[in-house]
Amino acid sequence: MKLADIEIPWMEEVVDKFRQKFDTAILSVEQSYDFPVVVIAKQNLMDVLSFLKNDPDMGFTFLTTLCGLHVPGYEGGEFGMMYQLQNMEQNRRIRLKIFMPENDLDVPTATNLWPTANWMERQEYDFFGFNFVGHPDLRRILNMDEMNYHPMRKQYPLEDLGKHDKDDAKFGR
Amino acid sequence: MTDSQNILVPEKEYVTLNLGPTHPATHGIFQNVLKMDGEIIVSGEPTIGYIHRAFEKLAERRPYNQIAPITDRMNYCSAPINNMGWHMTVEKLIGCEVPKRAQYIRVIIMELARIADHIICDSVIGVDTGALSGFLYIFQEREHIYEIFEEVCGARLTTNTGRIGGMERDFSPKAWQKLEYFVKHFPEKLQEFENLLLRSRIFMDRTINVGPISAERALAYGFTGPNLRAAGVDYDVRVANPYSSYEDFEFDIPVGTNGDTYDRFMVRLEEMKQSLRIIKQAMKNMPDGPIAADVPDFYLPPKEDVYSKMEALIYQFKIVMGEMDVPKGEVYHAVEGGNGELGFYLISDGGRTPFRLHFRRPCFIYYQAYPEMIRGGMLSDAILTMSSMNVIAGELDA
Repeated sequence: MKLADIEIPWMEEVVDKFRQKFDTAILSVEQSYDFPVVVIAKQNLMDVLSFLKNDPDMGFTFLTTLCGLHVPGYEGGEFGMMYQLQNMEQNRRIRLKIFMPENDLDVPTATNLWPTANWMERQEYDFFGFNFVGHPDLRRILNMDEMNYHPMRKQYPLEDLGKHDKDDAKFGR
Repeated sequence: MTDSQNILVPEKEYVTLNLGPTHPATHGIFQNVLKMDGEIIVSGEPTIGYIHRAFEKLAERRPYNQIAPITDRMNYCSAPINNMGWHMTVEKLIGCEVPKRAQYIRVIIMELARIADHIICDSVIGVDTGALSGFLYIFQEREHIYEIFEEVCGARLTTNTGRIGGMERDFSPKAWQKLEYFVKHFPEKLQEFENLLLRSRIFMDRTINVGPISAERALAYGFTGPNLRAAGVDYDVRVANPYSSYEDFEFDIPVGTNGDTYDRFMVRLEEMKQSLRIIKQAMKNMPDGPIAADVPDFYLPPKEDVYSKMEALIYQFKIVMGEMDVPKGEVYHAVEGGNGELGFYLISDGGRTPFRLHFRRPCFIYYQAYPEMIRGGMLSDAILTMSSMNVIAGELDA
């Protein structure tokens, strides 16, 4: 059995319920390995998160992790956030994504729903420069306060730009 | 004007105390700026990031097989669990099924690592209450575990063991011998350690109701692992989402009730026994067969083939140069690390390195509850709370 072929028996039911409530907010639904991945519009993020957390049928009460994404080539969605929620009682996990253009990095904070989002969001602010609106203490967490750039963005390559011996193009990719 | 108005009543002043960054009692580089009212903590402000090494950024420049050594340096008390977690993430991405024998060997190594991790945490709780001898005795057992690691992979602390697709080598006869010695003698040593602390009046007074957290708060703060189980939630990744054949083994998940330091100590103590139980079952039922899947793109061919066969030489070159063909996709895989759910969120765009790799580090997530847990307690209890949470600087800062 290949792991990629895993079936998620509850996915359809949850996604249907989700669609009934937020038809316009859902941009795409797909399955990625053992996860349902739902891309939603940014302005609906808080409604969706609190629905998933508070609705008794959903019960995704645990915020497993969240992280930022930077996709330079994606027009109008250069930056993204990933939220991973978990329903511990029924052992279900779901992944949500939002995308936003580079000039608008305001993201509503999830700290009102989960206190654990505090440091996670501080880390993503530190790495990518998202502005979490309503965050109680939005400061850098791992890097020093004096740093004037956000290092996880793709325009800061790890090795110097003059080095081309490992470019994908050299290997036919 | 009355006399009473002339008396100057000084405003209440608090003392600011810097606990750390380098303080012998914090077992790592953590800074906490504490506001103290006498010996009672009014509030605390943790500062982290002193050993931040930008692993997520580093991983974007490294081929998949070269990321395993980075994971060693996260929770360095149980490095093999991190290694295996990473290998399993890539195996999930490329759709590779690892042979049973390799899975069982992995389980043995991971459970040994869990015992080593819990030995450190539990014995250090003892040290912080003033009982140094338990720490010194039980560390001998950790040494035995590290000798097994040495026999399996050549390294002790930063093991880099296992490979994508299986194990790099089978257990040698010497490794089996050492493992059997450990399994035979560990229970009595653990019993001795337990007798020293478990019902000791001083230890109980120092730890019961110290740094407690309720199950609700623990879940809201994203706790996982022994710290969550001490609060009474029976969540364990090994049971919820079994990986590496954990479903074949019989073991119990210990849970506490109060979520205080004593419960965290007890949960870890019991988990060591359960880990030993798993190791015994894995040794008894060890299947025969290969130790690696047939994934020539990722698994280094045997050296004698490299020197004599063209195909093996090509694969060797491609792997060493980091030129494997990786499918596109995004995958999340979690293992039960020493401190909780250690997750790897990997996005591959088909290039030689991950497009994005995010580590869900349990320490980082639950350490933010520390100020809440120590508020209103004594300074000496704050030290105990920190050691019982098992905050590992490497995992915290990544």
